[in-house]
Amino acid sequence: MELTVGPNQFFWSADRWAALYEYLADAPVDRVVLGELVCSKRLPFYQDRIPDAVSTLLDAGKSVALTSLALVTLKRERKLTTELAEMGGEVEINDLTALPHLPQGAKFSVGPLVNVYNEGTLAWLAARGAQRICLPPELPLSSVEVLAAAAADLGVTIEVWGHGRLPLGISGRCNHARLHGRTKDNCQFACEDDADGLEVRTLDDQPFLAMNGVQTLSDSYASAAHHIDALAKAGVSALRLSPQSTGFTALCVLYRGLLDGRCNGDQTVEAIRKINSSARLSNGFLTGDFGADWSGGAAQASGRT
Amino acid sequence: MVMEIVCPAGTPAALRAAVKAGAHTIYCGFADETNARNFPGLNFDRSEMRDGVAFAHAHGAKVLVAINTFPRAGDEVIWHRAIDDAAASSADAVILADLGLLNYAAQNHPDLRRHLSVQAAAANADVINFYAEAFGVKRVVLPRVLSVPEIAAINAETEVETEVFVFGGLCVMAEGRCSLSSYATGLSPNMNGVCSPASHVEYSEDQGVLDARLGGYTIHRVGKDESAPYPTLCKGCFNAGGKSGHLFEDPVSLNAERLIPQLQKAGVTALKIEGRQRSRSYVAQVVRNFRAAVDALEAGHPLPEGMLARLSEGQAMTTGAYKKTWR
Amino acid sequence: MPQSPVQIPSFPQALTYPLRFMPLVPLSASLTAYSRKIAKNHPELFRRLGAHDHTRFVLDPTDLPFVLLLDPNGGTPRVTVMRGPGEGAARIAGPLAALLGLVHGAYDGDALFFSRDLVIEGETAATLALRNAVDDAELDLSQEILNLSGPLANPLQRLLAFLERRTGVCLTRPDEVEIW
Repeated sequence: MELTVGPNQFFWSADRWAALYEYLADAPVDRVVLGELVCSKRLPFYQDRIPDAVSTLLDAGKSVALTSLALVTLKRERKLTTELAEMGGEVEINDLTALPHLPQGAKFSVGPLVNVYNEGTLAWLAARGAQRICLPPELPLSSVEVLAAAAADLGVTIEVWGHGRLPLGISGRCNHARLHGRTKDNCQFACEDDADGLEVRTLDDQPFLAMNGVQTLSDSYASAAHHIDALAKAGVSALRLSPQSTGFTALCVLYRGLLDGRCNGDQTVEAIRKINSSARLSNGFLTGDFGADWSGGAAQASGRT
Repeated sequence: MVMEIVCPAGTPAALRAAVKAGAHTIYCGFADETNARNFPGLNFDRSEMRDGVAFAHAHGAKVLVAINTFPRAGDEVIWHRAIDDAAASSADAVILADLGLLNYAAQNHPDLRRHLSVQAAAANADVINFYAEAFGVKRVVLPRVLSVPEIAAINAETEVETEVFVFGGLCVMAEGRCSLSSYATGLSPNMNGVCSPASHVEYSEDQGVLDARLGGYTIHRVGKDESAPYPTLCKGCFNAGGKSGHLFEDPVSLNAERLIPQLQKAGVTALKIEGRQRSRSYVAQVVRNFRAAVDALEAGHPLPEGMLARLSEGQAMTTGAYKKTWR
Repeated sequence: MPQSPVQIPSFPQALTYPLRFMPLVPLSASLTAYSRKIAKNHPELFRRLGAHDHTRFVLDPTDLPFVLLLDPNGGTPRVTVMRGPGEGAARIAGPLAALLGLVHGAYDGDALFFSRDLVIEGETAATLALRNAVDDAELDLSQEILNLSGPLANPLQRLLAFLERRTGVCLTRPDEVEIW
């Protein structure tokens, strides 16, 4: 199974952003998707570093794709989306707006924020040129199995969310700016201080969500560490890791070891906890009763009390 | 042309009440997971749908059937059958969001009008025109993330009719792109047609303090004299960054009544009222209000004063994203 | 029709005095017969209850000195009137006028709930199903009572007459066209 690194969901400084891809050039991952997914206002801060990152990764033998924005509304964002399609590299669409801009017959990949819930949608996208689809993280294993089987018949590669805070919602409103009493147009980049999103707790002080500008993420880091065999058996051929601010390259190494059978799920989870001891884990979307659920056994503060 | 009032009906009784109250168009769904208001005790079985459409047509009103969840892998036939049965009921259109379903409807029922659900979150002219070209979509329900000038700009660039929400519940997140509910409860709008489902809601009152929990997470805590909000996740009260409050959205409901003239100028065809889960009494009252407003507008009269505050969630109103400061 | 702000009439406290001594067994029997009559005339009510058609509801008119236990019992309902809080999977509490107004379509359940005129506890989904089922059935409780006959009808018809004389409670279904 391949390892894909998804686009960084957070607002990092250009140097930090570029450093991630320097590291990834040497990391045991097969594919990297990069670019701005969440907020078009962040892009000018690191846009000019993207070409270098792409060539570094390509030189290192990785396959590379550029993501579209997750929600395209403004004129500027539509223009960005058009330009993305015109750049000629592989595009991962995370909003269907990107699709009509792709040249007729162009091959593309589909990110986890496009709703691919069933065979009909998968077949339609495949007919339109989709070669690879990272399924929405909300899907249960039973759906993943059906879709991976259908994709195999169509020659489409199926990827599944492997690790990271889950993208749960995207809004026209910037929650981060709102928290700081600012409007979205005058946000003063309220989200840049929270490299992994800002923790949102319930009234009972239970960790629950993470705020990331216009995006809302899970507090927990979803981990498919216990489901690798089931996913492989289903025909899933790639696992997606979502960048985080600490220990990310170590995480890539861990998951590579897991995929190669050098360690099992429990050992991987134990090592993940060493990288970031305070992080809560979840895998409820795949096989649990609800997304925040964790089947990993070890007691933790996440999920319901 | 008078603006079309598109009104919800969760039950045949609500459909009849809405038609009698002057709705031009009713939208409703089958009593299963194929629509995004799959709530206990709501919606239409097949014969109720046939009768409902016949009743509406006899009174000069139209019926749109919402089949706007995303079919479950392996079970698409349930959704396909819903489209077939909507066509057989002589419904005036189906409201769809899923690419596969749009394709199915376009291939198998080319004469059945297709509307794009808000669940597709089509928020710009490029993607709307794409749906028109690929699937022959005639109308789009715009997501509640756009301002009035943005709606006007969209209408300037597309032939597809636009329908906008003017009253009722308000999603803060782009619809069809949100899995907050399944993260907390396992049930989501996209897959199950429910958000923050009642089956996972728990209220407890102690000395006048009312706690509302969803899936075990405390979403609201209100004192004796405060109104009781339903624990919809995105409208919950949370703590972050040293602040406490409704971090995503206040428990307000949308009322764009005063913006109707601007929406008409922006080229909007139809005004949509949210609330298939509300009673026939609510539906009739809201329809009367909005029908009076669009009739007044058409006749060049001033808008009647709004009277809808109490019917709304938490009894507070917002014009939502239609005014840019909402963001 | 209630407009904002709604004043929900409360059952006059003095009038509850005779109710405190009213024998409950015959009243329960009457209400059970009555509910079965309604069930017969409105089978769709139970279809709408779906999975909740065996859920026991406590209906608590907070201005009356008793509660009603409603067991839909899959279409053959039972009603038990009792003093004390009562036990059930779901509880709906509010002034009698609010509960009856809800049944008659004069009030919107969500609006009553948001304003806290109505308090619900227990299985929210079951309560919603009941609310939606009742809203669709377009019941007229007075009409149904008047349609009753036989010895079991008597206590109910007396109670109805008493209530109608003494309170401003919405006892019949208002005409849809005229309530607005």
